Amino acid sequence: MSSDTAVSTNANTPREGAFYRALVIRRQLILAALTMALCLSLCVDLALGPARYGLGEVVTALFMPDNVSQSVRVVLWEIRMPVALMALVVGASLSIAGAQMQTILSNPLASPFTLGISAGASFGAALALAFGVSLVPAAVDYIIPINAFVMAMLTAGAIHLLSMRRGVTIETIVLLGIAMVFIFNSLMALIQFFASQQAVSAVVFWTMGSLTKATWPKLWIAVGVLAVILPLLARRGWALTAMRLGDAKAESLGVNPRALRLEVLVLVSLLAAISVAFVGTIGFIGLVGPHIARLLLGEDQRFFLPGSALCGALILSVGSVLSKIILPGTIIPIGIITSLVGIPFFLFLVLNHKKASW
Amino acid sequence: MVTLTLDCLSAHYGRSQILSEITTPTFAGGQIVSLLGPNAAGKSTLFRRILGLLKGSGEVRIEGATSERPVAYMPQETGSTAVLTVYESVLLARMQGRSLKVQPDDLHEVDRSLEDLGIASLGERDISDLSGGQRQLVSAAQALVQAPEILLLDEPTSALDLHRQINLLDILRRLAREREMLIIASLHDIGHALRFTDQAMVLENGQLVACGTTEQVVTPALLRQVFQVDARIEPCSRGRPQLIVEAAV
Ligand SMILES: Nc1ncnc2c1ncn2[C@@H]1O[C@H](COP(=O)(O)OP(=O)(O)OP(=O)(O)O)[C@@H](O)[C@H]1O
Ligand SMILES: [Mg+2]
Repeated sequence: MSSDTAVSTNANTPREGAFYRALVIRRQLILAALTMALCLSLCVDLALGPARYGLGEVVTALFMPDNVSQSVRVVLWEIRMPVALMALVVGASLSIAGAQMQTILSNPLASPFTLGISAGASFGAALALAFGVSLVPAAVDYIIPINAFVMAMLTAGAIHLLSMRRGVTIETIVLLGIAMVFIFNSLMALIQFFASQQAVSAVVFWTMGSLTKATWPKLWIAVGVLAVILPLLARRGWALTAMRLGDAKAESLGVNPRALRLEVLVLVSLLAAISVAFVGTIGFIGLVGPHIARLLLGEDQRFFLPGSALCGALILSVGSVLSKIILPGTIIPIGIITSLVGIPFFLFLVLNHKKASW
Repeated sequence: MVTLTLDCLSAHYGRSQILSEITTPTFAGGQIVSLLGPNAAGKSTLFRRILGLLKGSGEVRIEGATSERPVAYMPQETGSTAVLTVYESVLLARMQGRSLKVQPDDLHEVDRSLEDLGIASLGERDISDLSGGQRQLVSAAQALVQAPEILLLDEPTSALDLHRQINLLDILRRLAREREMLIIASLHDIGHALRFTDQAMVLENGQLVACGTTEQVVTPALLRQVFQVDARIEPCSRGRPQLIVEAAV
């Protein structure tokens, strides 16, 4: 120990948290940079589409809508804006859901996918698409998302109930989730076996994930859910960070790991279910977003939580841009883009990072 | 000054009773108490029971505490894959139950606990790539940073080299005196208990078999009965009591 002390005096370690203050500033800068990149991506996303507008025209339409023609205004505000903003909200929601699932389950592979929430949602949507089955009475426009939402929440509820049983460990919860994925995959196969050709292709298209069905009302619902849940998670920031030190340590610091785990599971299931219900299954945001945030910002939730939200939003927004420019004139389903482009990029980051990221 | 008294304390995991009716005299701040006993005697369980993590009959009486959460606890197992620096991991131990905003006061306390334990130079390191002993010292810092009045340490020296074992216990004894803190540490090294602790509690099969000043409690008879070793305790040339182990029986 004396050697450690000697080192610290020799190297003249900065005192009174100087190191930490610098760390905080660096992280704030990273968060600011992500926010700026997000704004930029949003503008580009708005500028792209069948009708071509310049970036300048887009910015004018955004801030002084009266200075552009009626048609530009309608295309930007009524058609592109909800889609572009939905990309941000869904990206942020899925990424936050993944981040917190990874945190409370101490598992780098946890995400809305691995817990079966997306698979449940797909099954609900497929019921509506293939057979017109509505799980709860709903307006025609909303049968698919509501079916998806109901099944996603039922899945989360099942996992929740099972995980409250005595002796269920976090590993068991992950196993339960994976079991759910397989069950729903089989059920989906069954639906596709019995459904008409046309219905099958609708189901397949839905599971690819697409932002194009976004509308202002749907957007507001997604924003509302995110706006309610984000502060509830932020409030638990220190406790959630402590969860990553292991249950024994968290308990010793006054956190109740089981209670916190159940609370957060409910909150993030809601986030994930809403997102998947509106846009279908968009791959890997919930997995990759948090991992990139972790690489950039570490796991202190005061930075990790906003960082995950920003990374998720940015990935999906860039994905939306790419889905329009890869094949001009065609919008490739966003779920395909995020997997095809996102995963290699993610692997590049992980493999090139000097330090372990989990 | 803070005092701690255990009154008829019991604890169980599921149906199996682990601790039965532990009653101790009153321990006062400024002292360091060793908790001794063979593996599975119930030492960690007793710590968890004192902290309220386990339910059971009996009472943990804490009197004269000035803060809301007077007890800090360093659990036995450490190690985590979290992407956090040492500094952050200690800060976060302090910030539990507080607002998201970190005050200068909190940073000061983090610096102080790292310095007290001689690990200020580790602040910028990631906790996932520390050595076992470094991790244990960080874990101690996480307990100390809460500015506790009662500090419970579960085998704080088990991963440390000889120098750091002695150093840590020296520091703890000094801090106990300076801050009028009551420290209870479970130790497997009876020699350390004899040398550094004022009082000793000995557990065996969930029962308290002896409790009192360390020199009174740790006797050849007790070592034979509880730890199954043949041992003598003799003053060394400087007059300190030393443990000399002959054989396991
Ligand atoms: N979570 C648990 N569930 C059930 N039994 C447990 C649990 N934790 C500990 N026990 C049992 O309680 C008894 C006391 O364990 P405890 O961990 O308190 O021992 P200890 O004195 O700390 O031992 P060691 O010196 O090995 O750390 C043991 O028989 C152990 O098997
Ligand atoms: Mg123990």
